[in-house]
Amino acid sequence: MVQLAMPSLDLSFAALSDKTRRGVLEQLGRADASITSLADKFHMTLTGMKKHIAVLERSGLVVTEKVGRVRTCRLGQRGLEAEAAWIEAHRKLFEARFDALDRIILEMKQEEDNGPANA
Amino acid sequence: MDQRTHNHPVAQNPTEVERKSDRELVVTRLFDAPPQLVFRAWAEPELFRRWWVPKDAGIMLVSCEMDVRTGGTYRLEFGAGGNDTMAFHGKYLEVVPSARIVWTNEEEEQGAVTTVTFEDQGGKTLLTFHELYPSKEALDEAMAGSAAGLPTQLDQLDELLPAIGA
Repeated sequence: MVQLAMPSLDLSFAALSDKTRRGVLEQLGRADASITSLADKFHMTLTGMKKHIAVLERSGLVVTEKVGRVRTCRLGQRGLEAEAAWIEAHRKLFEARFDALDRIILEMKQEEDNGPANA
Repeated sequence: MDQRTHNHPVAQNPTEVERKSDRELVVTRLFDAPPQLVFRAWAEPELFRRWWVPKDAGIMLVSCEMDVRTGGTYRLEFGAGGNDTMAFHGKYLEVVPSARIVWTNEEEEQGAVTTVTFEDQGGKTLLTFHELYPSKEALDEAMAGSAAGLPTQLDQLDELLPAIGA
């Protein structure tokens, strides 16, 4: 059932396990880019970058489009959204928790400084 | 609150979330207090219940029973204002005061095992919250659950509930 709902998740995680590919996604999050410019940016051969892009494309994380002689890459929708949304939900939740925890810890510290609360 | 302005930078310490492998999620955060203090806020129910559920989450902790010692159990019940509650429960597999708490999440068959560690860093505490799912499929399912499309007012609850069980 999960597979039906999220066909690209499994592939996404394989795709995300590589540091360069995560970098490429980050880069594409800022702006679309050609494979050539990505190869330059990550100091690798065009062939090497093409392989990374192929993995990202299979997972649905990236889509490419050839216009004239240039193949442009941009972020795909599904896989990334599912994982990114999940991570972001955790980050928001824990940030809210930990900000509240900070306040409690501050209280505890002040209590320690002042001795027992009801002394 | 003046003391805060003096002793603490205005910006909060950043909360890092990382999917460490296909079965693991890791959250890290630095706290400006020693481990024994931060640990207490996790181990004493009356402190824990004051921060575990964010105020603006639209849900409340209805009850909070925690026996934080190795072999002890916990049960947290949440409600959204109506009569329905949702319970999260499990067992503490390992509790080392000021250092480590490990618990199971048994409301789901394929629930994660959560490990929280408190690491002393010169009087501060590096806190690591680590979830290990029994399989990749279990984590995918948790993720698919939280990513499922729901009406807007339920979005927040949906994002929150899987993680609160964690």
